[in-house]
Amino acid sequence: MIEVWYTLVDSIFPFGWVEFDFMKNALLAVLLVSPIFGFLGTIVVNNNMAFFSDAIGHAALTGIAIGVLLGLGDPLWAMLIFAAVLAIAITWTRHRTGASVDTVIGVFFSTAVALGVVILSRGGGFNRYSHYLIGDLLSISPQELTLLVIALLVVLLFWGLFFNRLFLASINQAVARSRGVNVYMMEMLFSILLALIVTVSIQWIGILIINALLILPAASARNLAANMRSYHFLAVMISIVAGLAGLFLSYQWGTATGATIVLCIFILYLGTIAWKTVRSGWNKHRSETDRVKSTTDHKAG
Amino acid sequence: MNNRENVNDRCAFCCTRLENFGVSVGGNVLLHDVNLHIHCGELTGIIGPNGAGKTTLLKAMVGELPFSGKMSFLDGKGLRTGSPLIGYVPQKLDFGPGAPASVLDFCSACISNIPIWLIHSPSNRRRVRDSLSRVQAEHLLDRRISELSGGELQRVLLACALNPVPNLLLLDEPVTGVDPLGLKIFYDMVSALRREHDLSIIMVSHDHQMISQYADRIVLLNKTVLAEGTPAEVFRNQRFVNLFGQQWNGVYHGQEAAAAIHHPE
Repeated sequence: MIEVWYTLVDSIFPFGWVEFDFMKNALLAVLLVSPIFGFLGTIVVNNNMAFFSDAIGHAALTGIAIGVLLGLGDPLWAMLIFAAVLAIAITWTRHRTGASVDTVIGVFFSTAVALGVVILSRGGGFNRYSHYLIGDLLSISPQELTLLVIALLVVLLFWGLFFNRLFLASINQAVARSRGVNVYMMEMLFSILLALIVTVSIQWIGILIINALLILPAASARNLAANMRSYHFLAVMISIVAGLAGLFLSYQWGTATGATIVLCIFILYLGTIAWKTVRSGWNKHRSETDRVKSTTDHKAG
Repeated sequence: MNNRENVNDRCAFCCTRLENFGVSVGGNVLLHDVNLHIHCGELTGIIGPNGAGKTTLLKAMVGELPFSGKMSFLDGKGLRTGSPLIGYVPQKLDFGPGAPASVLDFCSACISNIPIWLIHSPSNRRRVRDSLSRVQAEHLLDRRISELSGGELQRVLLACALNPVPNLLLLDEPVTGVDPLGLKIFYDMVSALRREHDLSIIMVSHDHQMISQYADRIVLLNKTVLAEGTPAEVFRNQRFVNLFGQQWNGVYHGQEAAAAIHHPE
């Protein structure tokens, strides 16, 4: 399978920077990760879940620590289970109290991070895990790419089946209930999905910046979009364009790929703000012109 | 229009009943011992002071809050159906400023599972457009919901709640943000609906004058039902006077009188 991709890249991109296999892998990874995070971000931003996703990302440290304690060579499973448990606990608490759970998340997640750091830094060995903080997209292997393909398919399937219900629940819970939507179940499923995807991606994107990848494309798209379709389209496009640009620039500059991508999205974000400002200024100008014109017409009549 | 007798006859076959209905959240009793019959083809107005549990009552009936006691529904054919089809019009929607959702997005998500981020099927689009035209809001189809005025949003929410036509329509009137003209249009529409579709309407209202002109029955709520009856009965009730400080002196002679009143604006 991966050979097909390699041949494809060689015929499409005649650039020097994709001649290495690891760059071809990273290119495919960017093309998979970008839409995943573009999609997930739309609901994260709509539901004000930025802090939640940040907490889940940071809690990966604790998952790694638990994996180390259990003597697992690859801590991924421990990370996934811990993230899912944390997501369930936070969603349950939010549902129970009904109020904002920022403080609860803050308490849970700082403690989880502290616990993770304490375990991992025993004997001064924390450096061995520091690559999780920044991530390394260029190290992704073909087997790991399969994991991302599955992740993308799961997200698309979830979006196809449940998006309308998720959307209604985020707009008004009582309206969603009157339409037979199980709001609690929807929130739970989405939180778990988000936690699992964030955790799977963390080793390539890095704990410190994964949340930016989630929030920024949707936040940019929100500045311009008028409906859900353009919102999703823009979020995914911004994510992909910035992903490709970031990958290329990080190769040129020898910088961390994830962080470079985030800077690229931020530049696009500034662009959307500028566009929005210009457009609203223009609309205002136009409506004032119309008003002046109609008053003049009125007087003339 | 000898409607009241007709309505009473029909109630034997078609009504929603709340029996010993109560709602508690986290140990606080928000509502207790509410007993109500809501008749088909009637508009029941719920009034009461702030924190009386008016919105809570609607939310519990929709199923967002757990309740104790019983809610049962009897349809027009005398067949007991477990739960009525409920249309709900909330006070407001929970979206941030500039939320990227159009009226079409919201209404489609209410009636269909075809993902709104991907496509709006022509039949859904037509259905939503038709339902919006019933509340004179057809032109709002592609507008962002965050850009609507209070009155426009209320009409869009009503259109969605009526698609499909429910057995029971629950309306939570916004406290602010709807201008007097918009309010009048809204009450006229709701008022016409009960005759057109023979549905039960419960409307939480903050405007005693408006509700007294349109409602068939009024329920005075403060944690439980303090008084119920025709607008005239309730607004003369001592408990109403105690809560609101004065007897209502406006017009509460029902529908016929309401039609004759001239409204400024």
